[in-house]
Amino acid sequence: MKNLLLPYEVTKEAEMAEPLDFNRRSRLMNTHRVFKAEISSITQLTEKEKLFHIRILDPAERQRFTFLPGQFVMVEVPGYGEVPISIAGSASNRGFIELCIRRAGMVTSVLHRAKAGARVGLRGPFGTSFPVAMMKDHHVLLIAGGLGLAPLRSAILHVTENRSDFRNVHILYGTKSPDQLLFDYQYEQWRRVDGVNLSIIVEEGGDGWTGEVGLVTRLLDRIPIEPDRTYAIVCGPPVMFKFVCNKLGELGIPMRRMFVSLERRMHCGMGKCCRCNIGSTFTCKDGPVFDYWTAINLKEAI
Amino acid sequence: MACGTATRGRPPRRPRGEGFTLYKTLRKEAFRSVVEAILAGSEGVEPRRVGTDRHGKPIHQFLPVERFEDIDFSYDTTEFSAKTYFLPFRERLSTYRFSDGDWEQETRYRAEPRALIGLHSCDIHALLKLDKVFARDWYPSPYYLSRRRNTFILGIDHDPCEGAFCRSLGTDTVTHGFDLFLTDIGESYFAAVGSDRGLSLIDRFGARPITDEDSHRYVAERKRIAALMQNDLNLNNLPNLLDIEFKSPIWEKWGAKCLSCGTCAMVCPTCYCHGVYERISMDFQEGAKIRQLHACTLVDFAVVAGGHNFRPTPESRLKYRYYHQHRGFVEQHEEPKCVGCNRCGRACLAGIAPVDVIRELQEEVAP
Repeated sequence: MKNLLLPYEVTKEAEMAEPLDFNRRSRLMNTHRVFKAEISSITQLTEKEKLFHIRILDPAERQRFTFLPGQFVMVEVPGYGEVPISIAGSASNRGFIELCIRRAGMVTSVLHRAKAGARVGLRGPFGTSFPVAMMKDHHVLLIAGGLGLAPLRSAILHVTENRSDFRNVHILYGTKSPDQLLFDYQYEQWRRVDGVNLSIIVEEGGDGWTGEVGLVTRLLDRIPIEPDRTYAIVCGPPVMFKFVCNKLGELGIPMRRMFVSLERRMHCGMGKCCRCNIGSTFTCKDGPVFDYWTAINLKEAI
Repeated sequence: MACGTATRGRPPRRPRGEGFTLYKTLRKEAFRSVVEAILAGSEGVEPRRVGTDRHGKPIHQFLPVERFEDIDFSYDTTEFSAKTYFLPFRERLSTYRFSDGDWEQETRYRAEPRALIGLHSCDIHALLKLDKVFARDWYPSPYYLSRRRNTFILGIDHDPCEGAFCRSLGTDTVTHGFDLFLTDIGESYFAAVGSDRGLSLIDRFGARPITDEDSHRYVAERKRIAALMQNDLNLNNLPNLLDIEFKSPIWEKWGAKCLSCGTCAMVCPTCYCHGVYERISMDFQEGAKIRQLHACTLVDFAVVAGGHNFRPTPESRLKYRYYHQHRGFVEQHEEPKCVGCNRCGRACLAGIAPVDVIRELQEEVAP
């Protein structure tokens, strides 16, 4: 029958009543279109980690790209692949996006070989964010282990930039050894912010280390905590969550006021591919930031 | 039938025509003309007999057909589901053209019109479940939507297939998600019409309004089919049970059998888990971003950068598959992902059948 199956055009124009707004989980029809971006500068942080400043090339898209602390982007190196990376920069910075990337797999190795000026694709931001609005007028504990400082840095920058919104701020950071400390050139800057306390600890000090030695939980012992007025954010390897959050629990902080950021290998960022699925929860869509109560109830999450 | 899309702040628009289904009757002699009219206007995909298995039973597949004679409407079930016409095994998401250290991205999701004729109700339910993920959730997929909207679906009622447990999942009948759905009521077909294009098609071939007698015959036919259902599981408690039995030794037993081959997910009409990878052409002029179906039972499904595998054992992966089907999807979409077609049970090389696994799980906690 003629005209029975008229081609049905699925186009952005036909489907979208609203403007493109990747940011707020709205319906972007062209789900795999990337923002074209340029690596504007690269900073070597440690042997395995580099900080990339990435600038979206189109000024209108750059202006429209906003995110909340804790969210992640999909970084694509055309021809190589796409990886999920937490945003390590400040949400108030509209000029460029900061990504701290460890050389771990194929795509990140390519990124580590890239020079400033290379062009990559960006999709996002995706996922949930740290509850900075709820944290207002509370004491804040920001705790990171190892590479966990990368996602936590967006929260640190938010807190330091909006210092008046929060009460006491404690930043606790632990790594295996001193040479693995990320962003060491910024500690002084954070310390000087009025009422921000930064403590650093390493597991194995070695020669020349004059700071503290031990696990990050040790730092918690000497901090005065007012449990019913405190929010905690914990970023790091899953094994750390258990120890730190149990300790915080003992101190009386309710689980719904502790937030953790989980890590999985997302392939889409949009709750479709199921690669980051934990039991019944998508790390990309329902996470990566979860309150601790939700996180411990995810099967095989921690 | 075609699918709505999620909109910020308000509930997703209902798929076109989903809310209302019209009933008509179609003379049996006219059926062939209807199918031929569809085939004349677009590519047609129908059940086709492709061979015989080791027990002497016919093997069917959904394949492109040009002539009415090649279609075998009496099929029991197909080896593979029809999902491949909506979620191809491998699909190019975008193309990158390289030049002077720069690249341009090109994305295409245009689909050609196609007709799927002879789908059973379970397979239509499978599409409705995929709709929930790819069309009605956040970030609707244009690749999927384009195919779904451009596919005309003509479903047919049938006697229950061996081993299937569709009745337990409520997928033995279907009320929407198709353009036309035909039930044999003797001299004519009782046709449920799910879209305007379905209506204009059968009206051209003399469809008539239903009479009381037609309705009675239809109800009697439905009762006859329902009485033939063999497997009846009570799955209401399953989401809970899967939580409680998360550490049950049952998983060790079935996990020890599992070969981690991924066949179950490949033949499943609803399994949509996939991976995305990229390829560079031999002349370095072009890169392609490709989506390829994956299976949660394959060993590398939950591997992350650095090599850590969140589900390293066959047991944990098999358990995850059941968990996603009957617990995770329920939490996300208020219904199990399984349609009870038993394709996975039939295709499994190790003889792992969902009916057996679920029954054993239920017996484990029974007093």
